[in-house]
Amino acid sequence: MAPKNQDYRFKIANREALIGVALAIINFVWWFAFAYGLGSKPPEEYNYVFGLPSWFFYSCVGGFIFITVLVIFIVKFFFVEVPFEDEDRGDQS
Amino acid sequence: MNVAVIVPLLLFLVIIFAVGFMASRSLNKSNNDFMQEYFLGGRQLGGFVLAMTMIATYGSASSFIGGPGVAYTQGFGWVLLSMSQVATGYFVLMILGKKFAIMARRYNAVTLTDFLKGRYQSKWVVLTAAFSIIIFLFSAMAAQWVGGARLIESLTGISYTTSLFIFAVSVLIYVVIGGFKAVALTDTVQGVVMFVGTLVLLIATIVAGGGISNIMADLTAENPDLITPFGADGSLTPTYVSSFWILVGVAVVGLPQVTVRAMSYKSSKAMHRALLIGTIVVGFIMLNMHLIGVFARPILPGIEVGDKVMPLISLEVLPAWLAGIVLAAPMAAIMSTVDSLLLLVSSSVVKDIYINYIKPDASHQRVKNLSFGVTTVLGVLVFLMALNPPDLLIWLNLFAFGGLEATFIWPVVMGLYWKTGNKYGALSSMAVGIGSYIIIDLFFTSPFGMHSVVLPVIFSFIAYVVVSLATKNVAVNDYIAQQKMERSM
Repeated sequence: MAPKNQDYRFKIANREALIGVALAIINFVWWFAFAYGLGSKPPEEYNYVFGLPSWFFYSCVGGFIFITVLVIFIVKFFFVEVPFEDEDRGDQS
Repeated sequence: MNVAVIVPLLLFLVIIFAVGFMASRSLNKSNNDFMQEYFLGGRQLGGFVLAMTMIATYGSASSFIGGPGVAYTQGFGWVLLSMSQVATGYFVLMILGKKFAIMARRYNAVTLTDFLKGRYQSKWVVLTAAFSIIIFLFSAMAAQWVGGARLIESLTGISYTTSLFIFAVSVLIYVVIGGFKAVALTDTVQGVVMFVGTLVLLIATIVAGGGISNIMADLTAENPDLITPFGADGSLTPTYVSSFWILVGVAVVGLPQVTVRAMSYKSSKAMHRALLIGTIVVGFIMLNMHLIGVFARPILPGIEVGDKVMPLISLEVLPAWLAGIVLAAPMAAIMSTVDSLLLLVSSSVVKDIYINYIKPDASHQRVKNLSFGVTTVLGVLVFLMALNPPDLLIWLNLFAFGGLEATFIWPVVMGLYWKTGNKYGALSSMAVGIGSYIIIDLFFTSPFGMHSVVLPVIFSFIAYVVVSLATKNVAVNDYIAQQKMERSM
């Protein structure tokens, strides 16, 4: 068996873990910027989208939709399928 | 009290039992590896079941009963906070992802503790891990049982003790009999119920409130701060709300009940599907459940006990039979959280402690009997604790969450991605994590305006890195031994 650090699957796994971190950061920034960017003025001056305060709509509803689309896109185009079993060794499960 | 509500709920319980029994029959057939089957479902979960079992396990009493209750009191600020959980939908599976699945198979790991044992080769790491799983998950379970019993109580009008008894017996029967597969399959049924129930209740609530704009006008008239991100009394500061990203968004990677599911998927295809389904369903449920809590306010003003908001609003806006079905959703959430925790604590006792250190050569039959026995005893113990319940459902639950996260996040994550990490680093990280979390939670409730889990997570990271580097030379021999072992397996 190849030494641990040369397993090609780990390179893929590491890259995908980094993508996960990047996604979480993007998600946080989007969420924070809209919530406090639009929500910090007095409630009388709020705009409404579909009846919801605009800060809430863009941050929570829009943010959720945005991140879902992003996840679908990334998984479809950047995630690679690999086998989990080690090839030279039968697993009993 | 209300037959039309109770009948659908009972029906739901019957279906859950049926699924549990079916799973137990497949458990008897495959007799070759009881451990993998009972505690992990034979690592054969497909994408949909995997996503649902993660959501059902994670979406607990606090997201269905406690959370909407707080949203009712605090307004939109709390919905904003709860949206930090959308990250869990993809983050956990992306971080643990393929590497954890590969390593878990290589170590033949069935629990999180097994993984740590394989990675660090240290008795003390294993014992500390098992110990904190038992302590923290036990208190998380107790909180959930209280929630389940309260729900039955408020629906049926029967006494709290009887409700708790009914709840405990139902959960115990199918966990003891079916093991992980029963839990995963019932979780799937429950996940679907949670999803549909949320949608139905949201629509009915909006209709009952006379449309979203109308509800907004009512909320603004009562207290304009309800529709700001800062909470009804202005207490939700951006720092505090953001710090929940650590507690419920990203540090969830360290929760044993979540990580154990990342060992159980069948293939990377199943994992990809689970990622997509998980993100959508978690986000959907969190957003809408908490919105329902806020929208309930103008419809049913003046509810004092937050935990009662969900049952009361369902009974108010839905026809009785439908309320019964929809209320099966929080019931589902609680039961599916409890069953997984129960299984995890018992696997920790049986596998991590008994088989590792007391009797490694225990016979197959003995392990089987012991697993059933320990699961039952634990169930009875939790029942006794929940008989005289502490009021603070959310606090107990979140306390357990934070404690486990501070303990496990770095030994797991750094164990996967940092070669220099060793057992000394892991052990000090766990000790610092638990210790600082308990101290901070008890004495400095929110340091710098953040949730008390944030600092322990940072401290335990520093401890892991510093100690691992300091003991680098000592650990070199261990590392070589480890490499040898991994290759020879």
